[in-house]
Amino acid sequence: MRRVVSVWFPTLPTDRLWRPEGEQRPNTPVVVAAGRVLMSANRIAADLGLRSGMKLAQAQALVPGLQVRDADPAGDAALLHRLAQACLRYAPLAAVDLPDGLWIDVTGSTHLHGGEARLLRDLTVRLQRRGLTARAAVADTPAVAHAVARFGAGGAVPPGSDAMGEFPIEALRLPADILANLRLMGFERVGPLAATARAPLVRRFGPVLAARLDQAAGVLFEPIVPVAPKTSIQARRTFVEPLMTAEAFSTVIATLIAEICNELEKASLGARGLDLRFERLDGTVQAIRIGTARAVRDARHLGRMLDERLERVDPGSGVEAMHLIVARADPLGFVQTASSLLEDTSADIASLVDRLANRLGEAAVYRIAPLESDVPERSVRIVPALTRPTGGWPADLPRPVRLLNPPQPIEAMALLPDHPPIAFTWRRVRHRVRHADGPERIAGEWWKRDGEWSSVRDYFQVEDDSGRRFWVFRRGNGSDLRTGDMRWYLHGLF
Amino acid sequence: MPAPAPAIALLRERIARIGRIHARGSAERSIPFGIDAIDQALPTGGIRQGALHEAASAGADTEHAAAATLFIAGILARLDGPILWVLRQADLFAPGLTAAGLNPDRIVFAEAGKAVLPVMEEGLRHPGLCAVVAEHTGRLSLVASRRLQLAAEQTGILAILIRRSPGFDDPALNEPTAAVTRWRIAALTSPPALPHAPDTPGLGRTRWQLNLTRCRGGEPGSWITEACDATGRLGLVSDTADRSVMAA
Repeated sequence: MRRVVSVWFPTLPTDRLWRPEGEQRPNTPVVVAAGRVLMSANRIAADLGLRSGMKLAQAQALVPGLQVRDADPAGDAALLHRLAQACLRYAPLAAVDLPDGLWIDVTGSTHLHGGEARLLRDLTVRLQRRGLTARAAVADTPAVAHAVARFGAGGAVPPGSDAMGEFPIEALRLPADILANLRLMGFERVGPLAATARAPLVRRFGPVLAARLDQAAGVLFEPIVPVAPKTSIQARRTFVEPLMTAEAFSTVIATLIAEICNELEKASLGARGLDLRFERLDGTVQAIRIGTARAVRDARHLGRMLDERLERVDPGSGVEAMHLIVARADPLGFVQTASSLLEDTSADIASLVDRLANRLGEAAVYRIAPLESDVPERSVRIVPALTRPTGGWPADLPRPVRLLNPPQPIEAMALLPDHPPIAFTWRRVRHRVRHADGPERIAGEWWKRDGEWSSVRDYFQVEDDSGRRFWVFRRGNGSDLRTGDMRWYLHGLF
Repeated sequence: MPAPAPAIALLRERIARIGRIHARGSAERSIPFGIDAIDQALPTGGIRQGALHEAASAGADTEHAAAATLFIAGILARLDGPILWVLRQADLFAPGLTAAGLNPDRIVFAEAGKAVLPVMEEGLRHPGLCAVVAEHTGRLSLVASRRLQLAAEQTGILAILIRRSPGFDDPALNEPTAAVTRWRIAALTSPPALPHAPDTPGLGRTRWQLNLTRCRGGEPGSWITEACDATGRLGLVSDTADRSVMAA
């Protein structure tokens, strides 16, 4: 399933005036005008009621002392091109969407950034730091993403949903004269227009309207023209006959990787990310991306990771060129391999971690490290799989091997203030307690949250009459209601 | 026959491992429990590496498999090297593993969702690991388990499946698989913490009914043991030692 991000820069021309940072943004109204029409207004000017599309004379009449700068479309386009190159960090294909946007084809690479929502947030935050106002949306087709970024609220449109119906017909990217005519005919929204008989529309407005409607519905594939990356290390092969099969692709991958590893070695670099683009006969480009946890120059490892992703490639009518690009590289010197005389204590699991992370997503492969906290659910944290282990696990405290999150409420009978329960009921099953140990009192961490100032949990390890052991706790110290409501919870199983 | 002291067994293991560095895979490697009755029931004198083993909890613990997890942790604690632990959902609490002597620093976790078995196989094909543990809920086909067994044989990695099931004693857990051994661990009531003063509150060491329900090339058996200590070793229950031998 294709997923495309569209980024919209509503005020790109004015935002661009104060990049790079360092120069103070003016607190006076500034606009950029092309000829006699406003193209873009900065925040202060917009607050004064100036909008793009206004007549310059009207704007100057409304706001005395308005600063006017000349538009520079070529400069805007160059900036968009650089931004598209920067966006290659998210996905292997990014394109400029003139005059004021970007497209990123994130098909199959969102898991490397923790999902679509996090990718969009990261993207807009990074752009904001560069002083650019941006709104981003992700959808199944470039057309829908484009419309949601500009006419909707942005964000992720769930796959397969029809989001276009409610948008005004301007969202279809039609020429101004067609739009004016459609309005005359009474069409305001995309939904009714799409439901109208197609033949008379095409006859009157030409094929462009039908094409835009089909692109919006996802019936007609809309290619994006990806920008070339800035990196210097890349390899490309064009074929006399188009390739179709996975075996053929693997063979080409092997030669491309060998070439790239050679280049990387000369530069003392290792790849952190690779993009493989498949240029198809019909002019569209498909791409796969892999990432590694550590700089890698091992041809076999990289080749295997690319091969594993081949199933995501749709060769269509055939692939006429393949282009392998090192998207990210880190310095990597020569490493001494372990000699067989030494027992290899630090077995290298980096390649396994890479493969699993590419398959399951980076967040799904991890190690667990201890954290200084008495509250059990806060006493561990997730760290990347290749971090050096720190040790320091507390061994003297009884801790369950399965932790229920959140703790499950149980009905328990116990003597107050500090006796273990005599019996408890969990999921409608009654457990009679035969042995118990405790309490272990764990006080709330008042420095984290005010509510924990006085809260207390008393933990007991109990064994029921079948021999199963449970970790239960009571909220509160057993005598003072300010420390908790004296309810019982099951927190873990031994 | 007197059981060899744990320290001696440990040294023997280490000597055997040094001898194996140049002849990896040729020798039959296994991890003994250090309890004669159990080790003799197993054809290789312990849990064989390079093979697939299954462990499940019995009764109401089938869902959370806490006892089975501690049993597995005890075996892994006596191995060296990194471990891949494939999870379906993250309810494992790493500090609890230290109770069985397993240092959580050695474990790389992978949350695989529905792809537990393919990820396990992927791990088994990576020679850098010493063991791959996977938590599998539901049925396990003969073909899938055979793939895992073959992958484990090729690399010599210990493969352990923790079988979980929301059902109480799910019959799916008894269907035939290619696993070399299959364990069922049931909790038993433990004796009072202080045998001479039974009324003193407190908890003694957990007791398990350890059922070997299937063993390729060996006989099934059943033993009553004490749960793994902080070095991962099971303890033989002294007052029931005779009974457990008879049961085997």
